[in-house]
Amino acid sequence: MPQIAQIAETYSSQIFWLLLTFGFVFFVIGLGMVPKVQGTADARDAKISGDLDAAKAAFARADEAEADYRDRDAESRTAAQAVMAKAKAEAAKASEARLAAADADVAARIAAAEARIQAASSAAMAEIETVAADAARDMVARISGVNATDEAARNAVKAALAHG
Amino acid sequence: MAESGKIDPMHQFAIEPLFGTDHLSIGGFNIAFTNSALYMVLAAVVLWIFVIGGMKRELVPGRWQMAVEYMTGFIKNLLVANIGDKGRKYIPYVFSLFMFILLANLLGLLPLGLFGLHPFTFTSHFTATGVLAIMSFSIVLIVGFAKHGLHFFSLFVPHGTPALMVVPLFFIELVSFMVRPFSLGLRLFVAMTAGHVLLKVLAGFVINSANASPLLGLTVGSASFILMIGISALEVLVAVIQAYVFALLTSVYLNDAENLH
Repeated sequence: MPQIAQIAETYSSQIFWLLLTFGFVFFVIGLGMVPKVQGTADARDAKISGDLDAAKAAFARADEAEADYRDRDAESRTAAQAVMAKAKAEAAKASEARLAAADADVAARIAAAEARIQAASSAAMAEIETVAADAARDMVARISGVNATDEAARNAVKAALAHG
Repeated sequence: MAESGKIDPMHQFAIEPLFGTDHLSIGGFNIAFTNSALYMVLAAVVLWIFVIGGMKRELVPGRWQMAVEYMTGFIKNLLVANIGDKGRKYIPYVFSLFMFILLANLLGLLPLGLFGLHPFTFTSHFTATGVLAIMSFSIVLIVGFAKHGLHFFSLFVPHGTPALMVVPLFFIELVSFMVRPFSLGLRLFVAMTAGHVLLKVLAGFVINSANASPLLGLTVGSASFILMIGISALEVLVAVIQAYVFALLTSVYLNDAENLH
């Protein structure tokens, strides 16, 4: 076994070259280069997780904005509905008032017209009485030759008119 | 070995100085640049090239950058799962350890013998794995004592131990703690050695049986060859698993030092 047979003449060379080469590996590669390589990988991991966090935050903000929009939408809807109901009520009240005014107007006009009709018909009745009284006086004078007084004729006509 | 017709399955572990550096030394210690050292340098260079490809630092990574980041992320997850967020500061060390061992194991498995080269797996030498294990163990000790001071010894007395049992349990736990660097280093060394020996033994069967007679070559040889294909795949798996086990156990031990119980 050369490992044991040669140990006396080779151990110093083995140890020397191993320390030399491993020293190079440790100091130049291990300490000089590996931290940079690992640093790059760590930086990438940090960047990826940072980007993911940012994306998550953006998602949350978008959700928030959407909820906010929904709230405001619902709010403005109820506000619009309130305005609409108010306007409807106001319009109904206004039209009611106008309707009442128009009703009153119409009623007044009807009353006036009725009064006028009443006046006209009573005037006409009075005229008919006068005419009828004249006619009755004439008829009395012709038939009996008696000149009836105005008053008598009129009373007679009134009685006759009253009895139909 | 060629002249005797005998294939030595242990020859692959032999360390040979290269480029005439046999007598290179520092302070009386031989530091010849061997085939083992060559594969250590290769593992370091391949790892260096691999990680350079991950240094583009783009937000949207390419395939190569993705692969490098996958490996560092794998080690990060291992440490965070075992130690918690405090484990992140060990990423450079455990990444270096894991990738260096992984590349050493895989480079040693490359079928370079086809091109007349001599592949070598330095993780099959306990002189190499031992250094790595002692390094991990030392870090555990340094972190443990620096963070908790003498309180670190409470690691050896689990919660709810009866007063009578404190002393014996302390020694049992101490032994199991002290065995850690050995289990760490020897596990890797044994797994790599055994796999490579098995592959070489089976390869020896194929060659020797075919040389002996066509009948033996067709029966024993082809059966061994089919077995070799499966075991080669298994060895790739073992290469990855052993590197992972080394990194995992290091992070488990670091957890003890970091958080006690």
